[in-house]
Amino acid sequence: MSKFKKKSGGGTPGISTASLPDIVFMLLFFFMVVTVLRDNTLMIENRLPTADEVEKLDKKNLVMYIYAGKPSQRYQAQYGTEARIQLNDKFADVKDIQAFIQSERDTKREEEIPRLTTSLKVDGETNMGLVSDIKQELREVNALKINYTTRDGDAASNLQ
Amino acid sequence: MAKRSAPEVNAGSMADIAFLLLIFFLVTTTIETDSGISRKLPPIDDVEDPPEIREKNIFIVLVNQNDDLLVNGETAPLEDLRERAMEFLDNGGGVGEEACDYCQGANDPSSSDNPDKAIISLQNDRLTSYKMYIAVQNELVAAYNDLRDREAQRLYGQSYRQMEKDFADPNWRGNKDKLKEQLDVLKNMYPQKLSEAEPKKRS
Repeated sequence: MSKFKKKSGGGTPGISTASLPDIVFMLLFFFMVVTVLRDNTLMIENRLPTADEVEKLDKKNLVMYIYAGKPSQRYQAQYGTEARIQLNDKFADVKDIQAFIQSERDTKREEEIPRLTTSLKVDGETNMGLVSDIKQELREVNALKINYTTRDGDAASNLQ
Repeated sequence: MAKRSAPEVNAGSMADIAFLLLIFFLVTTTIETDSGISRKLPPIDDVEDPPEIREKNIFIVLVNQNDDLLVNGETAPLEDLRERAMEFLDNGGGVGEEACDYCQGANDPSSSDNPDKAIISLQNDRLTSYKMYIAVQNELVAAYNDLRDREAQRLYGQSYRQMEKDFADPNWRGNKDKLKEQLDVLKNMYPQKLSEAEPKKRS
């Protein structure tokens, strides 16, 4: 009997899966942390145009969002294909914007009001007429800081 | 009495549960876009008599309903817009008090006097598409930023865009007050004077 007996079962040993849950949990926590649950359900198509001279919007709580674009497929029977404005969770008219801004302002402290920014999330296919109407309404309520929210990318790629 | 050891819980399915949660969060994640072109709208109160602006100090950019560009009366592709705007802003055709000592332009007397006087007027139709409008805005802002970049390189040895980024970064270690001063100097050299006309009503 030799001391150097070959071990039985010469195949490759199985990889231990004991640390698999740990790895998965790590991924899970990552996604849990980065997830921002949408507070608005979009009822419109919203393909933002691209631009590269962008500034980042910080202070998320000081931003008001106005969406605009064509109603998405399942609302088209009801609302048609003309581009519309969406405020919070429902379609709105141009003249509702002033009331929307006022109600947003009421939820903020007084010293924060001048720092409020309006973020315009407008679909690239929208006509400027609607955007100008929105801008005009914003001027009327003196909400002058706006931000055309865009995706990061080359501006020329908008035209293709 | 015989002490029975507690049976061990089978942890084999833990990975499955974790996977299930992981897939849920993967699907619901929308990484929100929160950057864009910032603009300030003009206040609504109309000035009674607008200051007189000489025609050579205005650079007119027109976009029609077919998304065609008209730059100072000539059609031009979008790629040329930035260059044309920079030529106009950097012209420095003024003399005496209105001269611009840092401009490197052609000093054409029929173009703008100095960057402080130069105004870019953007006019669009109600049927212009929003993405074209954003592309034009982007190019015009880029023209200003390119010129500021050049001056920042000359005066402070770094680019204007980098300085802006540093200023916005809360973790940046450096003298923010000094940086702000430098940024203000650059902004005053090439102030962003972008005027937007209200779109014409279509009959």
